[in-house]
Amino acid sequence: MKRIGVVALNTFREAVRDRVLYSLVFFALAMMAAAIVVGSISIDIEQIVIVTLGLSAISIIGLLIAVFIGVGLVSKEIDKRTLYALLAKPLRRWEFLTGKFAGLVFTLAVNTAAMAVALFLALYYVKHSLGRADVAVLVAVYFILLKLALVVALAMLFSCFTTPLLAILFTGGLYVAGLFVHELRGLQSDEISLALATMLRWLSYLLPNFENFDVMGAAAHGRAIPGALIAQNTLYAALYCAIVLVVAAAIFSRRNLK
Amino acid sequence: MADAAIEVEGLTKDYPYGFLQLKKKRSLDALTMQVQTGEVFGFLGPNGAGKSTTIKLLMRLIFPTAGSARMLGKPINDIGMHRDIGYLPEQPYFYDYLTATELLDYFARFHDFSAGDRRERVARTLKKVGLADSARVQLRKFSKGMLQRVGLAQAILHDPELVVLDEPMSGLDPMGRREVRDIILELKKQGKTVLFSTHILSDAEMLCDRVGVIAGGKLQGVGAPSEIVGVKTHGMEILFELPGGGGNATAGVASGSALVAQATRTGDRYRLHVEESGLYAAIEQLRAASAKILSVSQVKPSLEEYFMHVVEADRKQAAAEAGEK
Repeated sequence: MKRIGVVALNTFREAVRDRVLYSLVFFALAMMAAAIVVGSISIDIEQIVIVTLGLSAISIIGLLIAVFIGVGLVSKEIDKRTLYALLAKPLRRWEFLTGKFAGLVFTLAVNTAAMAVALFLALYYVKHSLGRADVAVLVAVYFILLKLALVVALAMLFSCFTTPLLAILFTGGLYVAGLFVHELRGLQSDEISLALATMLRWLSYLLPNFENFDVMGAAAHGRAIPGALIAQNTLYAALYCAIVLVVAAAIFSRRNLK
Repeated sequence: MADAAIEVEGLTKDYPYGFLQLKKKRSLDALTMQVQTGEVFGFLGPNGAGKSTTIKLLMRLIFPTAGSARMLGKPINDIGMHRDIGYLPEQPYFYDYLTATELLDYFARFHDFSAGDRRERVARTLKKVGLADSARVQLRKFSKGMLQRVGLAQAILHDPELVVLDEPMSGLDPMGRREVRDIILELKKQGKTVLFSTHILSDAEMLCDRVGVIAGGKLQGVGAPSEIVGVKTHGMEILFELPGGGGNATAGVASGSALVAQATRTGDRYRLHVEESGLYAAIEQLRAASAKILSVSQVKPSLEEYFMHVVEADRKQAAAEAGEK
């Protein structure tokens, strides 16, 4: 556990010293400023505009970091051969992988938290107060973080056995497919063949369900998000990440590092 | 006989290639060897001979097609054994956003050292490899030679029993090479086992208790540098001077001694290569020519000659096999 923490801490340090990360934070702040401008010229829909824009920005920036840095977590270490000296230490490959995952998720948590603070400041700026209904925005930010953790796990899985470019494409493809899980499940056999409908239904259970993490509408309108959904999404993300990481570790543990 | 620090048994590595990865290229062919505890073992071979493949297999960076290996009496997949092993990869590269101190501290954290012990070890090791002045410089500003030194530092930081160095002299200037040689000799003095691969045969001859020569993925010979090249001498060498520094002496004695004309002159000294059977006759003739005999020594083939012979033989065999196909 200690060794996982050591790798995670170094991954966080790398991200903090990486200028790309800073530029993305600046981008987020710019988005917040845009939200304030748009909010100030809207009538009675300031909260909707700001929350929607803010959450979208947090999600997009987080996804860019999760996919691009997530894919590089393993592949960069192999390409630059920084991994060689590291694996000669008393460190198992699955510990390295888990540490890298934890490090990037922690980075995303810090980054997302910083952007959430900016979002709440923007909300306070236009509303001059914050109420209990705004807790929904906080839950929406938490769901985005859960979603990002899942994306990082998938990006790492693909980067364990394929090239970085393909890993980015696979992760992106799976993310988009995961946004349409309910549609896949809802396809009726009178629209398509029974066999295909059954196959798609099974596939929909295998695919990561990213739709469940989208509560932007509820948050923007200040509607409460049920505690059961919070528990369900937390459990789902934790289990899915664990399964993906186990598969990634199994592949990576057998990989020849040329 | 001392225990073996490294035992390799029939280690074989094939790399698949081609579109469907169905063809296989054998990079290492049934390597069997031992490195004894406390010895400095040099692993010699041309590029692509299988030196780095062997070391990577030992470090579990790649996995064998066949065979097995043990280090410090334990199977190589025993992760606990890595506490007692130091490894310098070939052409090492490290996290360039870290300083040398941060990098060593990061690696030291995988061993259970206290914060104070880590600080002390890191400072001491950086001083040992000549990087004390660059301790707080980010690695992206380091030259290739400095990275090599950092690599060496992380390999010996935790005071391991077995140190495996892949081309440790690569990228170093003469001063750096001298320092690495001194570190290897110090490790030997401390009773550590060192396995290192190199192209630089003079270093191997100077440092190694034993060497293994590998070519074409096969071990061609193992033994002490003096043993491995064989005991058969290639004649005798006589070192001598002529009266008056030899300036006009050569012409003066040439009629009396044709041998002087055969000698190779370096400054005031002459080197003469003769058959062992003709040694005493040659000495008599040189004495008759008033030559001052400085030394007489046996001429043995060097490690380099042996190495070149092995590599050439391997190339011929590979060409013959390719011709048969």
